[in-house]
Amino acid sequence: MRSQLVYLHHMEHGRVILSSRPFQMVLDRLCYALIENYDAFEGTCVIGVQPRGVLLADRLVSRLNEILGSPSIRYGKLDITFYRDDFRKQGRPMVASQTVLEFPIEDQRVILIDDVLYTGRTIQAAMTALGDFGRPATVELLALVDRRFNRHLPIKANYVGIQVDAVDEAYVKVDWADQDGDDRILIYPQKQEPAV
Amino acid sequence: MSESRKLSQPHLLGIRDLTPEDIRLIFDTAVQFKEVLNRPIKKVPSLRDTTIVNLFFENSTRTRISFELAEKRLSADVVNFSASASSVSKGETLIDTVNNILSMKVDMVVMRHPAPGAAELLARKIKATIVNAGDGTHEHPTQALLDAFSMEEKIGSLEGKHIAIVGDILHSRVALSNILCLTKLGAKVRVCGPPTLIPKWIHTLGVEVSYDIRDTLEWADVANILRIQLERQDTRYFPSLREYALYFGINRALLEELGKDVVIMHPGPINRGVEITSDVADSSQSIILQQVENGVAIRMAVLYLLAPRATNA
Repeated sequence: MRSQLVYLHHMEHGRVILSSRPFQMVLDRLCYALIENYDAFEGTCVIGVQPRGVLLADRLVSRLNEILGSPSIRYGKLDITFYRDDFRKQGRPMVASQTVLEFPIEDQRVILIDDVLYTGRTIQAAMTALGDFGRPATVELLALVDRRFNRHLPIKANYVGIQVDAVDEAYVKVDWADQDGDDRILIYPQKQEPAV
Repeated sequence: MSESRKLSQPHLLGIRDLTPEDIRLIFDTAVQFKEVLNRPIKKVPSLRDTTIVNLFFENSTRTRISFELAEKRLSADVVNFSASASSVSKGETLIDTVNNILSMKVDMVVMRHPAPGAAELLARKIKATIVNAGDGTHEHPTQALLDAFSMEEKIGSLEGKHIAIVGDILHSRVALSNILCLTKLGAKVRVCGPPTLIPKWIHTLGVEVSYDIRDTLEWADVANILRIQLERQDTRYFPSLREYALYFGINRALLEELGKDVVIMHPGPINRGVEITSDVADSSQSIILQQVENGVAIRMAVLYLLAPRATNA
């Protein structure tokens, strides 16, 4: 009950920057951009970054299968918790999510998917983690939100849903219908403490 | 952003100090490390700036190799120390030895020692994270964690399950840690062995006592068979090993008479033909080698969760 109150309180201060209808259009656009480059996705796999990149990847993969009419895209989930470079800076350890990669990525074209591209550190860790599974032919990055002015590393997304230009303290969150009640993107004045 | 959870303790001295939530957190983390261990490259960079010393004042094969592998799989820098080849034989005290090692900038100490409470003493006197790898006849927490983890993997939640611990309960740190861990997870625990090897106060830990191996196996879902620790037995606790094997040894014929499958475990090293026969140890009912495999994942989880961080370094 308490956590729900905290949640509502936060909602009041969050501003919606992409609501449900344009959200679907953005997802569709990203799907068609991938099809344009990857055709039937031969020798290609889609890998969502845990935890919230997987929610985006889930949605994209099911939409891609719908459009292509053949559910044949190889899809994996990658957790990067153990590869984080801020291990010593976190007061408490992050709990890892599941990694599910049931196919070899050696010489494959990998499409890495995350919801928000911010400092680039998550993607750096994801690429290090990928290297432990093999040597992909190519790696491309898809991000639903690109916070292009907040990058700490020379990392750039190949496919971007929307760009958000905001001060460093701002916090951008992607909500998903099946998990958060609605598909939308919100911006908050500062990082929201998780409602524990 | 991933969820963050923390152990309630800064060290792992014994299962006694852990809450059921701590145990659950260690298991949840170990599941993910188990996946890491099945990758082509079985290594993650989590502890790359952490230095760990393994202090073994007592012989060990499995535990030492398992800890060392866990540390290396986490990319920690590892220093190994065994008492026989050290200044301990020149009369240096434990605290002096460890303080000297720590002045070389070591973050974590994994220690096995013949004296009960040695890890606790170290935790009080030394500024480093301590992981107890067995202190005399007291506790062996990582063994109990990997045992319970392996049981859950085999038979699901331990809530209400019947777990028998068989053999030398008196001298066994594995027995004490197992009892504490299993009861915290809601299992029903029974110890079974010759009366001389079962401490009088054991029922205060909330376990049943039996001196009948057949009855115990009929009751049990899992039987964790302990080694007869001849090296700790200062007097004769039973007439002969042959007699022990006859009354408490687990053999194929005994298991076949039960009409059900009991999961067989053993923390090693096995005295084949004494507490357990070879055909049982190597049978499909036995998960002895899975225990060893899970040991690395459990120890990775413990080290990962306890490694010093900004706020508690």
